[in-house]
Amino acid sequence: MPTRIQKQARQDTMLLNMGPSHPAMHGTIRIMLELDGERILNSEVEVGYLHRGFEKTCEHRTYFNLLPYTDRLNYVSPLINNLGYVMTVEKMLGVEVPERAQYIRVLMSELSRISDHLTCLAAMAMECGAFTVFLYKMKAREFIWDVIEQTTGARMTTSYIRIGGVRADLHPGFDTVLKKAVEETRQVLKDVHGLLDKNKVFLNRTRDVAVMSREDAVAFGWTGPCLRSTGICYDVRKAHPYLIYDQLKWDVPLGERGDNFDRYMVRMKEMEQSLRIIEQAAVRIPKSSPAFVVEGIPPVQAIRESRRQRVRRPVALSPNLEGSEGVRYPDILAEDKGVVVPPKEETYTTIEGLIRHFKFFMRGHGIRPPKGEVYFAVEGGNGELGFYIVSDGTDRPYRLHLRAPCFHIVSALEQLIQGRLVADVIPTFGSMNMIGGELDR
Amino acid sequence: MEKETILDLLRREFPDAVRETSVSLGDEIVVIEKEALLPIAGFLRDGPGEFKMLLDLTCVDYFGRKPRFEMVYHFFSLSENRRLRVKAALEEGDLRIASLTPLWKNANWLEREVYDLFGVNFEGHPDLRRIFMYDGFEGYPLRKDYPLRRRQPLIRLKE
Repeated sequence: MPTRIQKQARQDTMLLNMGPSHPAMHGTIRIMLELDGERILNSEVEVGYLHRGFEKTCEHRTYFNLLPYTDRLNYVSPLINNLGYVMTVEKMLGVEVPERAQYIRVLMSELSRISDHLTCLAAMAMECGAFTVFLYKMKAREFIWDVIEQTTGARMTTSYIRIGGVRADLHPGFDTVLKKAVEETRQVLKDVHGLLDKNKVFLNRTRDVAVMSREDAVAFGWTGPCLRSTGICYDVRKAHPYLIYDQLKWDVPLGERGDNFDRYMVRMKEMEQSLRIIEQAAVRIPKSSPAFVVEGIPPVQAIRESRRQRVRRPVALSPNLEGSEGVRYPDILAEDKGVVVPPKEETYTTIEGLIRHFKFFMRGHGIRPPKGEVYFAVEGGNGELGFYIVSDGTDRPYRLHLRAPCFHIVSALEQLIQGRLVADVIPTFGSMNMIGGELDR
Repeated sequence: MEKETILDLLRREFPDAVRETSVSLGDEIVVIEKEALLPIAGFLRDGPGEFKMLLDLTCVDYFGRKPRFEMVYHFFSLSENRRLRVKAALEEGDLRIASLTPLWKNANWLEREVYDLFGVNFEGHPDLRRIFMYDGFEGYPLRKDYPLRRRQPLIRLKE
């Protein structure tokens, strides 16, 4: 079936396909260009190559089970997706999250935001020819991911932030790794500023290229760094503060012209602000109440003892479950018993814990928010990441809809590249930070 | 006297079109007649509320209920920093509603998405066709009567 551009194209122009498999199309997206020489007369963007039916799948999963699917939305900053989904459900349930868990969430989501921006700018710079910048930023991202990996156990598919809190407490030695990551990232940011800010090649390809006006940015529903690059100050963390963002000191960096360079600059400055937030949160985070390393008896022995009498001593869990011991629950998970998974040592050594475990995971039981609908948004790497959930009172969402920030941003691509040269598509597309998983869902 | 909220204002301006207003979990909700969508959306955008941004647009399929479908719009006001949810019910036999493309540019893709996944027709949309699924896909996957694991034959790429 001919597409719109094929029908409308003039006879004397050339049609060119960029993508769906193209080194500069992060993920898979197809841009069809109608060219007169090297100038783009018209274009058509085709998305959907990564559509996996996220919303449909979620309607058939319980509230607890669908969490791993949210990792796969914006796969560069999975923790923010976890956070957005989890906080939407918490808003429905009215769950109160412990303070330490809130700080951990802020730390994790800011680390993710930095890794998101680093990835975006690294790819953008590389496509403009600055391969050094790419390597520097990937190096910084490795340090950030090291921190995330040590605490969550995974680099990308984390599923770490859970309804009611977080899966486990911070890893021992977290402060040291975090400090190292912050230092390294700062240094990389400084180097990149030096390499790109006054670089003529980079400026020529980004300055005043693909300028977005404020009115159009709003009409397209842009949010996040792309909206702020046009000079509109809207950040969900400031506008509708969640967690403890209103207690910390940080600024919202703004651009002026709304071109590619401003989008680059706003992201760079935002990373510095995120580092500020991380440093403050790392200092102010409440200390966990019990001693960090819990001495306990091995699980096998605990289970054997529990057959005769109740085990009163703490159980040393396997390293996979480190940080999620029952004694740490008050720090990291809500008190509401129907909302969180019971501690593993209770499940295996007491009958009450076992019952609670089954009640939580059994079909038709578990987390059942009251009937109604809710919308909640957090500031994702690309902008307002909103979840709209309709609940019918059962244990699975009746309808779950994701407001993907990048969907709105990419829909403006056709307008931005119209009348520009073919080469301008690459930095423009790079500065938008298209993430296939989030765009196509 | 308390300041007039946007919900009161809408009730006063459109007494026939606004079916009910409510506040749930801090979200303000207006249920309207679908015929009045365009004037109300225009009033929201250019009126005193200044809801300049169309945050989101989606549909919910209440299978087995009448009316079966419900369009859900989220608007956002940058000046007043508040969100508003507007809902309009759609009968199964008459799946048509006015398009918001004359007012907001992102409505173009959002409405294509709803058309693709639910089969709602938007009147006045310049280019209404599937966005995620391929041409030749049968049915509307997000409807409740579409089975989760239904398989569709793959189509050939080129004749």
